Amino acid sequence: MIVLDHVNKVYDDGFHALKDINLEFKKGEITVLIGPSGCGKSTTMKLINALNTPSSGKVLIDGKDISGLNPVELRRNIGYVIQSVGLFPHMNIAKNVAVVPHLKKWDKEKTDRKVNELLDLVGLDHTIYRNRYPSELSGGQQQRVGVIRALAADQDIILMDEPFSALDPISREQLQDELIRLQQELNKTIIFVTHDMDEAIKIADTIVLMKDGQIVQTGKPEAILRHPANGFVRNFIGQKRLQSENELSYEIPLVDDVMITNPVTAFPNRGLAEAIKMMESKRVDSLFIVDRNKQLQGAVSIYRVLDMYGEEGKTVADVMIPVRFSVASGSTLPQAIELMDSHQLSNVPVVDGNNRFLGLVTRGSVVKHLAEVYPNLAPPQPAGEGEPV
Amino acid sequence: MDEKKLTFMDFVSYVSRNSGLLWEYFIQHILMVVIGLGLAIVIGVPLGILCSRSRWVAKVILFITNILQVIPSLAMLVILMLWLGLGMKTVMVGLFLYSLNPIVRNTYVGLKQVDPSYMESGRGIGMSPFQLLYKVRFPLALTYLMSGIRIAAVIAIGVVTIAPLVGGSGLGREIYAGLNSNNSLRIFAGAIPAALLAIVADIVLGALQKKLDLSKRKSSGAAPVPPKIQKV
Repeated sequence: MIVLDHVNKVYDDGFHALKDINLEFKKGEITVLIGPSGCGKSTTMKLINALNTPSSGKVLIDGKDISGLNPVELRRNIGYVIQSVGLFPHMNIAKNVAVVPHLKKWDKEKTDRKVNELLDLVGLDHTIYRNRYPSELSGGQQQRVGVIRALAADQDIILMDEPFSALDPISREQLQDELIRLQQELNKTIIFVTHDMDEAIKIADTIVLMKDGQIVQTGKPEAILRHPANGFVRNFIGQKRLQSENELSYEIPLVDDVMITNPVTAFPNRGLAEAIKMMESKRVDSLFIVDRNKQLQGAVSIYRVLDMYGEEGKTVADVMIPVRFSVASGSTLPQAIELMDSHQLSNVPVVDGNNRFLGLVTRGSVVKHLAEVYPNLAPPQPAGEGEPV
Repeated sequence: MDEKKLTFMDFVSYVSRNSGLLWEYFIQHILMVVIGLGLAIVIGVPLGILCSRSRWVAKVILFITNILQVIPSLAMLVILMLWLGLGMKTVMVGLFLYSLNPIVRNTYVGLKQVDPSYMESGRGIGMSPFQLLYKVRFPLALTYLMSGIRIAAVIAIGVVTIAPLVGGSGLGREIYAGLNSNNSLRIFAGAIPAALLAIVADIVLGALQKKLDLSKRKSSGAAPVPPKIQKV
């Protein structure tokens, strides 16, 4: 079992890469570290084979603090697979696989036997492939060799740093299947880093979701799918899920289809009386404040304006409240609804990548959209556009 | 002067009459190049490795070897002669200093260009820094080192021809003898083998350099990998 105990990592330039990480990797399990790039998942993994040392906190393997061990010796007992394969181009396949046994000074016969056994294990005939060089193998074959190299010295712990992400989708699926099959036979403790949620769900016993150097949620894939801890997790799962569902041609509406495209806005230098006038004439209870570049600055509600109405010199810019929640153009309607539901919002603005105000999703606009989508559910009506009154 | 009427046959007969002496010069020529170059490899490769360890060290070492190579060859040999006296020793030290720059620089560049993923993978599976150097980085830098040796060899073969001026030997002696006695046969007999030697060295070492490019190594003479047959 591997334990990370209150681990922090601060780089010389002050960047706080890992913030108080407490983790337990169970023996014989595949633990997947996942998160967006820069979240610290690789950094966390490299703590285990001392490629990275914690600024504070401890890394324990089977109860032993690894800071007391010789890092070179330690690494020989931990398999390591990296994304770019890293097979040495000047050594043939047999030598590549045997690199760690060789470093550990195994005798030749034992090494050869092990190499042949492992090559056959991943479906590479040892009589053919032993003397090949890496450049003669396909990407998938190379990574198979990369994986068995990590097993060659009977390591109990294997670290895999996005091992399959450079492969084409078909090889990737095959290797994932093979990894699961191997794991059933070998029962290693595997720590696997990826940014692909599908991959994580497929192979993980435990998923550790990270963001900005912190652990957001840890659990079985099923538990994370059913009970995402917060919006970030939901988003992280959601995007991927929805992507694969889109491939099945199931149409999920985007906020862009639903939003009101001409919501009522005002420039920041407007006075409060003007604001009231505008709300009155447009029959709304709040205004969104945008600057000349349509950048969203904030919002004011009628109550707020009335509260401050006594002060003549004030402009809407002085009384507005920053917009706390918005969705990006291209997000799905369920995301917007989820946001409105969980924060009790009556509306949520839609912005583009530069925070420009594009439109507004309101409860009214959602209902209107549903009415358009489900005309058949309305009571029988004369044929028409199906817009119920 | 009847020199203009010299024919190729005269040249052949001169060479065959003096083959013993010319052969001796030829061997001495090669020997000096090999010793000077050998010294440069023995000293230059470790210097190149040292360069790859720190940017600052690299700057200093490359600056010095660069200056050494910029000094005109005659001037260098003469300066060394003042210190070491006439003789083969002066020539060899001169060649050594001359060859240092291409060898140090190419070793350094070769080690630098090794793909970082190989180093990460080597480190990650438990190679010590020294093992990483001689098992991974050095083999992958060999082709660069070879290119440095090739450049140094061709330069050295040229420089050795002026060795007789500082008491050395080699084919240059035949050239200077020819110049002094105004005998163009002797000049040719010295110059042509020296030029051929440079060309052959360039070709042979070039081929070796290609062979030592291990980054895309293939198994030699083996049948191509058969396509994988799906078992049904």
